Amino acid sequence: MQKFILGKKIGMTQIFKEDGAVVPVTVIEAGPCTVVQKKTPENDGYSAVKVGFEDVKEKKLNKPERGIFLKANVPPKKYLREFRVDELEKFEVGQNITVSDMFEAGDKVDVSGISKGKGFQGVIKRFGQSRGRMSHGSKYHRRVGSMSANTNPARVFKGKKLPGHMGAEKVTVQNLEVVRVDGERNLLLVKGAVPGVKGGLLVIKEAVKSGK
Amino acid sequence: MDIIKAIEQEQIRNDLPHLEIGDYVKVYLKVKEGNRERLQVFEGTVIAKKGEGLKETFTVRRISYGVGVERVIPVNSPRIDRIEVVRKGKVRRAKLYYLRKRVGKSAKVKEKLVSKNKAVETE
Repeated sequence: MQKFILGKKIGMTQIFKEDGAVVPVTVIEAGPCTVVQKKTPENDGYSAVKVGFEDVKEKKLNKPERGIFLKANVPPKKYLREFRVDELEKFEVGQNITVSDMFEAGDKVDVSGISKGKGFQGVIKRFGQSRGRMSHGSKYHRRVGSMSANTNPARVFKGKKLPGHMGAEKVTVQNLEVVRVDGERNLLLVKGAVPGVKGGLLVIKEAVKSGK
Repeated sequence: MDIIKAIEQEQIRNDLPHLEIGDYVKVYLKVKEGNRERLQVFEGTVIAKKGEGLKETFTVRRISYGVGVERVIPVNSPRIDRIEVVRKGKVRRAKLYYLRKRVGKSAKVKEKLVSKNKAVETE
């Protein structure tokens, strides 16, 4: 079964293992998620479940949004996301999915989120390019390097790394280890950092490249 | 934020004595060798404390076979079996890094003598 859940980034801390090793962890408040809709091959051409996460006041939603939850007869949720699943029979509309159902310590997961926005940035910060000399008569400090050759090709290639907006995009961190699952408090502790601000939505899925 | 604090609180150890800079301590560390677990004593002077809460660490310095050895130990590490404070040190700064440059007698920390009345009060 494909494992998935929606969560909220709480922050980072550290955990002591039995042998005294210190593990840096990100604490994620994951689930409970509610199944809002099932997508079937007959109806939609593919099988997936649509799940909602985090309760929200009904008046915060507009009419079409409210309709989704009315139809499924579940309380309104802030976030809706779809996950492709093969075993559709295992899910039912209105069913609650918790972390302890999905994950256990030792699992490998991929975590996606919207990274922190950095605004308009130059090539050094944005693409990790090197800077020029700051002194000794150098006039080239943090600028973009050569754009292209002159006569041939006599144009700037598409995708040339230039200054621009950085961050606030979807970033996935692969193969993070689940260090601990706390079913009581709905917490998921993964090793290492995850993208985004504290309180940001995270999509946690079973790792694609876990090497199994 | 409170969730993080709760997770950290669960791991904080309250069974160990409070250490101060300049204290001469014996730290009993659990060491795993194959399947066997034994205690290893590391004794020396506490020359620094860093961080706070769960992340707090202390540095113990000793001279071993003429070579200075320092060990940074997390205060809340489950590998610490127990800590003995052998004697208190009389120091005037928070980090005793100056000891690294000293050898012989000048590399020693004076003992802090606590008057009996005061010692009774703190107990």
